[in-house]
Amino acid sequence: MFNYLEYVREENFPHIWCSGCGDGIVLKALIRAMEATGMSRDEAVMVSGIGCSSRTPGYVDINTLHTTHGRAIPFATGVKHANPGLKVIVVTGDGDATAIGGNHFIHAARRNIDLTVLLYNNYIYGMTGGQCSPTTPIGYKASTAQFGNIEPTFNISGLAIAAGASFVARADVYNAKQCEKMIGLALEKKGFSLVEILTPCPTAFGRRNKMASPVKLMEWLRDHVVSGAKWEKLSEEDREGKIRSGILIDVDKPEYTEEYKKLTEKLRAV
Amino acid sequence: MKKVIMGNHSVSHGVMASEVKVISAYPITPQTHIVELLSEMCGNGDIDAKFIKVESEHSAMAACVGASAAGSRAFTATSSQGLLLMHEMLHWAVGARLPIVLANVNRAVGPPWSIWTDQNDSLSQRDVGWLQIYCESNQETQDTIPQAFKIAEELQMPVMIVLDAFFLSHTYEIVDIITKEEVRKFLPEYKPEIKIDTKDPHSFGNLGGPDVYMELRYMIQEAMEKGIDVIKRVDKEFEEVFGRGYGLIQPYRCDDAETILVTSGTVSSTTRAVIDQMRDEGIKIGSLKIRVFRPFPFEEVFEVLSKAKKVAVIDRNISFGNGGIFYQEIKSALYGRTDIPIVGYIAGLGGRDITPSVIREIADKAIGDDKPERYINWIGVKK
Repeated sequence: MFNYLEYVREENFPHIWCSGCGDGIVLKALIRAMEATGMSRDEAVMVSGIGCSSRTPGYVDINTLHTTHGRAIPFATGVKHANPGLKVIVVTGDGDATAIGGNHFIHAARRNIDLTVLLYNNYIYGMTGGQCSPTTPIGYKASTAQFGNIEPTFNISGLAIAAGASFVARADVYNAKQCEKMIGLALEKKGFSLVEILTPCPTAFGRRNKMASPVKLMEWLRDHVVSGAKWEKLSEEDREGKIRSGILIDVDKPEYTEEYKKLTEKLRAV
Repeated sequence: MKKVIMGNHSVSHGVMASEVKVISAYPITPQTHIVELLSEMCGNGDIDAKFIKVESEHSAMAACVGASAAGSRAFTATSSQGLLLMHEMLHWAVGARLPIVLANVNRAVGPPWSIWTDQNDSLSQRDVGWLQIYCESNQETQDTIPQAFKIAEELQMPVMIVLDAFFLSHTYEIVDIITKEEVRKFLPEYKPEIKIDTKDPHSFGNLGGPDVYMELRYMIQEAMEKGIDVIKRVDKEFEEVFGRGYGLIQPYRCDDAETILVTSGTVSSTTRAVIDQMRDEGIKIGSLKIRVFRPFPFEEVFEVLSKAKKVAVIDRNISFGNGGIFYQEIKSALYGRTDIPIVGYIAGLGGRDITPSVIREIADKAIGDDKPERYINWIGVKK
C-alpha cells in the first residue's frame, strides 16, 4: 500500500475539509503523482491563495507558501523568478483563480511561465459559506444567488488555452487515477500547465442544489465527465451537457524564465 | 419589534431600514452574513435594492463608487484583507465626495492568517478620509447605519462603521429592529445635488492641477471638522424618533474619577463591569468609550479626561514603531493643555480575549505606577 504519511504533515491532521469533499482525493492523487515523477521534495514549492483548495499546502511536507486571496500566482511568479530551479506548484480554486485572481491567471498563462497550477473547481465559494463563483452554473443556487444564478460561467480550461498555456488538462475526483495521471503530466511539463480538477462540495453547493449527499455529486461526475478517447466517439448531440476530461492542449512554447535568462545573457555578452 | 439577532444581521437590518438602492460585495469571513441576509432581502423584496456580485473587494467598492455617483444610496461590507484590497477605492470615494456607507468587521491582518478580531484593518485606513464609528452592541450597530447615511449624505463624505469580529459579529443580542417606515421620519430620501445624469451632464474624475488640488483637500478637512456637530445633531434627531442616542464618546462614572480607562468597541462593556467592581471597592475610576474616531472629537475628549489624574488607553491595535493608535490620538487631544500622565496598553491582538481580569490588571498597573517607565505596555505577552 502507498505510504502517504511520508509526504504529509501528520501534526496538521485531521484536515479541515468537510465529509464528502473531494479535496482529499486531489491531495492523495497529487502525492502519488509527485512520487511517480521522482521530484525532489526539497526543490518543490507549493503556493496557494485562499479557500478550501488553498488549505492543501498545510498538509504536504514540502516548502509551502499560503498567501492572500487570488494572489497565489503572483507570489509563485516571484518564487520561480528568484530561483528558476525550483518546481513551483500552485494550488487554487475557481473563486481564487478566476474571480479575485483572474487577471493573474490569464497573464501567467500568456507569459508561459513554468508553474503547475492545480485548480480545484467546486463551482462555489465553499470556505466562506457558498457564495456564487464564476463557475456556478446558470440556474444553480448559492447564498448570493438564492433564486438561481443568472451569470454565464467561465470555461476555465478554455480560458487558459486561449490565454496561451502550454499544457491544459481537465480531471475529476471520481476518476482519481486519471486525475493522478494528469497532475503527473502537468508536473513534468515545462511552461504554464493547468489541471482543472472538478471536485464536489456537498456542504456549500450540493445542499442548495438537491445534491446534499456526497454520493449524488460523485454520481454526477461519473455521469457527466467523459474522457478524451470516449469523447471523440460521441456525436455532437451526445456531447450536449457532458464535460470533456483528459489532455486539452499540450504544446511546446518558449518558457518565460528561460527566455529571460537568454535575454540577460545576450545583453551581458555585448 | 424586538428580536434576538447576531451582530452581522443587525447591520443588514440597519441597511434594509435605510432603503439602500445598491449593495455590492465580495465574501470574506467574518463579514459574510451581512451581505448574505441582504441578498435574501433583495430577493424577497424586503429591500428594493440591486445586489451586485463582484470578483473582488476592489471591484465591490468601485461598484459602490459608480452607484453613488449615479445618485443611489450605496452600501458594502467587508473585513481585514478585503478592506485593505479596497484601499485605492476608499481614497477615491473620499476625493469624489461620495456618501457611501461601509460596515467593516474588525479582523486581524495576516500573516499569520487570523480570522479573529483586532483593529489594525480599519485603523490602517485612518488617513484616507472616511468617517469612522466604532460600535459596541448589536443595537448600536443597527442604529448607526441610518445615522451613518444621514451624516454621509449631509457632509458628502463616506462613513465606515466598525464592529468587532465574533465578539459582536457572531454574538446574538436582543435588538429593537427599526423599520423603513420609522426610518423615513429620520432619514430623508437621498437626492444628490450633482449626479451622473444624461439630462444634466457633468464630467467626473478630472485632472486637478496644483491650482485646485489643495483647495479640494481643504474642503475634505472642512467637512470632517463640520462633521463633529453634524454627528451630534444627527444622533439627537435619531434619539427623538427612536429614543436611543449614542454620542461621540461615552464617559462612564468619570465625574470624580482619578483614573480613566479609554476604550473602544466591545471592550467598553467589559470595562464598565470592572469599573463597577472597583467603585464598590472605593476606587475612584471611570471609563471613556471613543465611539467616533474620525473626525476625532478633540474637545469632548479633553473635557472628560482633563479632570482625571491619570489616563490609561487600551488599544487592540498597534502602529509599529510608535504604539497604540487610540493612545496617540488621546495624547494629541490633550497635548499642551494638561500634564496628566497618559499611558498606553496593547492587549487582545488577533482576537486574544480581553477579560475583566485583563482590564483589572491594566487598571491596577495604571493606578499603582506614578511615574511609568514605559508609555507603551504590552499586556499578557508570553515570554
